[in-house]
Amino acid sequence: MTTTDMPRKVDAEPGRAVPKKRPGVARGGLRRAVPATTLLWVLAAVYGFPVLWFVLSSFKPAGDLFSSLALFPDDPTLSGYKAAWESANFSQYFINTAIVSVVATILTVGVSCCTGYALAKYDNKWLKVFFICILATTMLPGEVMLAPQFLVARDLGLFNSLAGIIFPALLTATGCFMFRQFFLTVPDELVEAARIDGARELSIFLRIMVPISRPIMLTLAILSFQWRWNDYIWPLLMLNDPNKFTVQIGIQSLVGAQNINWSVVLGGSVISMIPLIVVFLVFQRYVMNADINAGLKD
Amino acid sequence: MTKRAPDVSASPPRRRSKYTLAPLVLIAGNVVLFALFFAWPAVIGLVYSFTNYTGVGAFQFVGLDNYSNLAGDSTFFDALTRTLLYTVLFVPLNFVFSLLIANVLVSKHAKGVSVARVFFFIPWLLSPIVVGVLWRWLFGENFGLVNHLIEKFGGSAVPWQSNADLSLLVVVVAASWAWTGFSMLLFIAAIKNVPVSYYEAASLDGAGPWRQFLNITLPSIAPTSFIVILLNTIHAMKEYPLFAALNNGGPGTSNNLLVQYIYQTGFKSGQIGYASAASFVLMLILMAVAIIQLIVNRRVENR
Repeated sequence: MTTTDMPRKVDAEPGRAVPKKRPGVARGGLRRAVPATTLLWVLAAVYGFPVLWFVLSSFKPAGDLFSSLALFPDDPTLSGYKAAWESANFSQYFINTAIVSVVATILTVGVSCCTGYALAKYDNKWLKVFFICILATTMLPGEVMLAPQFLVARDLGLFNSLAGIIFPALLTATGCFMFRQFFLTVPDELVEAARIDGARELSIFLRIMVPISRPIMLTLAILSFQWRWNDYIWPLLMLNDPNKFTVQIGIQSLVGAQNINWSVVLGGSVISMIPLIVVFLVFQRYVMNADINAGLKD
Repeated sequence: MTKRAPDVSASPPRRRSKYTLAPLVLIAGNVVLFALFFAWPAVIGLVYSFTNYTGVGAFQFVGLDNYSNLAGDSTFFDALTRTLLYTVLFVPLNFVFSLLIANVLVSKHAKGVSVARVFFFIPWLLSPIVVGVLWRWLFGENFGLVNHLIEKFGGSAVPWQSNADLSLLVVVVAASWAWTGFSMLLFIAAIKNVPVSYYEAASLDGAGPWRQFLNITLPSIAPTSFIVILLNTIHAMKEYPLFAALNNGGPGTSNNLLVQYIYQTGFKSGQIGYASAASFVLMLILMAVAIIQLIVNRRVENR
């Protein structure tokens, strides 16, 4: 996704708790707690149910999938998972997606950090021009340039390679903004002091700035991992060798089949969401506190 | 670099532009990426939209033919109409639900907020493909849970997949379910920034929760509402993977959307030139949406 919402304040330290200024008055007790809590949990149940039903169904044996309406499987089985993992190269898809997501995430964080720092701490004219160029990328989403982007990637010899998925994805305005906003909050005096001590420009960046930007790195890493893991249309265009498919293409080809083997589809889908859920649960506080107003671009 | 150490802190030298090499090295990676995967495709895309390029071999310039053909292309118009309809349904639904949930989540009276938040957020983590599969599973015509329940309570199965409008509706619901988490986060941040004193004053004046919401919360979060609507509109205009997994643009081709149309003409039929023209139409629509919303936003803020 994309934003035209230009640089906004990014929370300097996403890890730090946001001060709670909740509206409403604390008094009122049970009389007020009951309706609010009920509404909250009814909504939560409505939102949680589809995933719960989906995940529980994936443990049902293929024969029970359409006959049993029971929420919990009578005799839980992993056969759907086993079939998914073994069929259609699913383990290969999984490895491919993991490679793409991890490599793309590391590189995205790297280039965004460098660019964000340069934009924040140097004031050359051409940097301002480049900043506008980066803003432009948010105005023109990738979906609009599918065909020409594909041709360029193909002519660069990236067709049918994992590199072809990774490289075009590295330029993210969101990442550059997040780092730029963060480095703007770092006092210039810190840089000046290091210069006086005789530090060279790039070592100031590597030794001082990179380490203090760790919270931003983590936030962007989580976002980037999610974008890459879930990406569909670009990998679909770039890959035609089934050995290089990503998980999303694999699942889509399973549901696109004439006779859908739901047992395999359910198993495969649940496997595909595990890494993201784990990453999210581990780094929850970073995601929840990140000012994603800064925009999300895939 | 400066040797005049003693007086440096008194008058900090602000001539940072003397550094050229370091910033150049730092942005080099992104400059190359920008040139290769943004600037260059944008230029050749525009050029191709005036040609009959097929992706290989030679091509001819055909002037505005692609654009005038698009104007008479009913498949394109169907895709465009369907995309707009999808957007018009999805954006308000997502807005209402994410705002409602954000308000409940910041309420001091609700218990278990931090756990409940995860339930709203997980759908946003799932890929559009998995979301599509999941809702297809719930709304299957012969096997889905929803029809199963309807039949159990004496109703007759609803054609969720074979009726084009119902099929679109399922996607709208699925999309707003999946995107609530994102919009909700933006709303929560905005609501938390509304000064508590406003609410205290209002409740002294005897305003109930609904009045407080209408007269304080809603106006205070107007800029965020604007962003949520803008982002969701742009997102909806380029939706494709969710449709691919949920009904593949079906039944038949009745729910083909713009990006799917571009993908099919460009990559299935090899009409790169024509698909590029369609892409630029999509781009113009997106820019128009952004500009209109900017103007509206400015007017609202100046009021």
